[in-house]
Amino acid sequence: MPLLHVENMTHYFGGLRAVHNYNLAVEPGQVRGLIGPNGAGKTTIFNLITGIYRPTEGSITLDGEPIVGLQPHEIASRGLGRTFQDLRLWRHMTVLEHVKMARYSTIGYGLVGAFFGTSRRHREEEAIERKALELMRMMRVDDVAEQRVTNLPYGAQRRVEMARALAMNPKILFLDEPTVGMTPGELNEMMDIIKQVRDDLGLAIFLIEHRLKMVMELCEVIQTLVFGEVIAEGSPEEIQNNPDVIEAYLGKDTVET
Amino acid sequence: MANILQNLVNALQWGSFYALIALGYSMVYSILMLFNFAHGDIFMVGAYIGFGVATGLVALTSMGAIVLPNWLILVLTIIISMFLTSFVGMLVERIGYRPLRDAPRASAAITGLMIGIILETGNLALLGAQRVSFPPLINSVTYELGGVYITNKKIMIVFVSIGFMIALQLFVTRSKWGMAMRAMAYDYVVVPLMGVSINNIARMTFAIGSALAAVAGILFGIAYPVLDPYMGILFGWKAFVAAILGGRGSIMGATLAGFLLGFIEIFVAMIFPSTLRDLIAYSIVLLILVFRPHGFFGEPYSAKLRL
Repeated sequence: MPLLHVENMTHYFGGLRAVHNYNLAVEPGQVRGLIGPNGAGKTTIFNLITGIYRPTEGSITLDGEPIVGLQPHEIASRGLGRTFQDLRLWRHMTVLEHVKMARYSTIGYGLVGAFFGTSRRHREEEAIERKALELMRMMRVDDVAEQRVTNLPYGAQRRVEMARALAMNPKILFLDEPTVGMTPGELNEMMDIIKQVRDDLGLAIFLIEHRLKMVMELCEVIQTLVFGEVIAEGSPEEIQNNPDVIEAYLGKDTVET
Repeated sequence: MANILQNLVNALQWGSFYALIALGYSMVYSILMLFNFAHGDIFMVGAYIGFGVATGLVALTSMGAIVLPNWLILVLTIIISMFLTSFVGMLVERIGYRPLRDAPRASAAITGLMIGIILETGNLALLGAQRVSFPPLINSVTYELGGVYITNKKIMIVFVSIGFMIALQLFVTRSKWGMAMRAMAYDYVVVPLMGVSINNIARMTFAIGSALAAVAGILFGIAYPVLDPYMGILFGWKAFVAAILGGRGSIMGATLAGFLLGFIEIFVAMIFPSTLRDLIAYSIVLLILVFRPHGFFGEPYSAKLRL
């Protein structure tokens, strides 16, 4: 049974059909890519699955459980982590606080703990910090743990966002253009990190990406979305050689890799 | 000199009211990007609830149904009124603001004004235009220190206020709910992705702000025991000024600005005729804002509210 299963999902914004008859089956530990020109509806699909919009039609199950109609926080708690195309960090909070915030649901101490620093608080904070450090190390931001994110370089901010998403202990991670605006050096670092997440944590990853080098190298299966519809699905080689994809997305003359 | 010290004491008391109300404004503003213009009227409702609870407890005591010393009645009044007023705040959030969360901010602002009018006139309909007086729970004792007269009430008011402000600061910096509030202040769209219900946090913010307004209402009732349904309007506006002056979302800022307004008003009244008090005081505030448009502790920001 797929970890994430979307069947016949269609969505309208008013009269505009943004997504049509979309299907997706992600197996545990699989890395999948979603490519397509700007405005094709890629981020809309993310927003539909993560519960920010409710699909007009269709069903979605996560780990066998239907999630259509649940609130975003309920879907997130069921194991769906996400990053955003435009960074969405809490600018004046520290890196550590970002990761801590993702451990919100594990915090059991209440007012008394907060006000008087009970042993329970110390114990829980310690566990959270240990976990946070592990993730920050993996994302290579542990040396700036106490810094406000607004002071960090762009690539590091991206990695903070990933550390935060991972701290939720998700079963599947959605990455919305994780390398947009990155320098070649930052891009390579991000690719290493995504591979590491896949291999070390065994997470399923679903990513939207414009850089074909990245998608072709990382993804087992790629979907191409045009005007809200999947026009091709297959392995990187298949996608690369699919004439519809080449025409609709890559352009007629050149294939940039 | 004694005169100045005397006014300083008065200003501390007066500033306590502003600061307590300003905190509620400031929290809601920072977390939901919303001016809750009904907040001054929540202060009024809190004062009336406090009046009701205190009167009830006093009556029960005088009938001999329960035996409570006055100080305990005061403590119980504060706790029960905070609790009840927080429900009023949560109701306002649920009915008035939650449906408008993604609406233009102007719509949410006029919703606040309308809720304010409803609370004022609702009170009028319920209790009539007659002013009510807050039961005297504390026997006033005046201490003289080098020509400065300090009443036990003033000391109590200032210390209780500062106590609540410290508690709020601890809450926001050390509890998980406070952490979620701070996160929401910067970007609330991602907060649910941490498994946190933003509706719960919004509700909690209104509850806390309203509870603090109730404390201000009761303390005000103790210092100036005459309540009327419109008492929240001017207080609300001035506390709103303090919240903005303090800087968006800054507890320290709202507190200091609340006290600062108290000082400015009292000292202006010390020098000029009291009829000119607000005219001059708020001209000064205007000048401060011209030079510090983000307030004392505010930082220039552009909050992302939507996807």
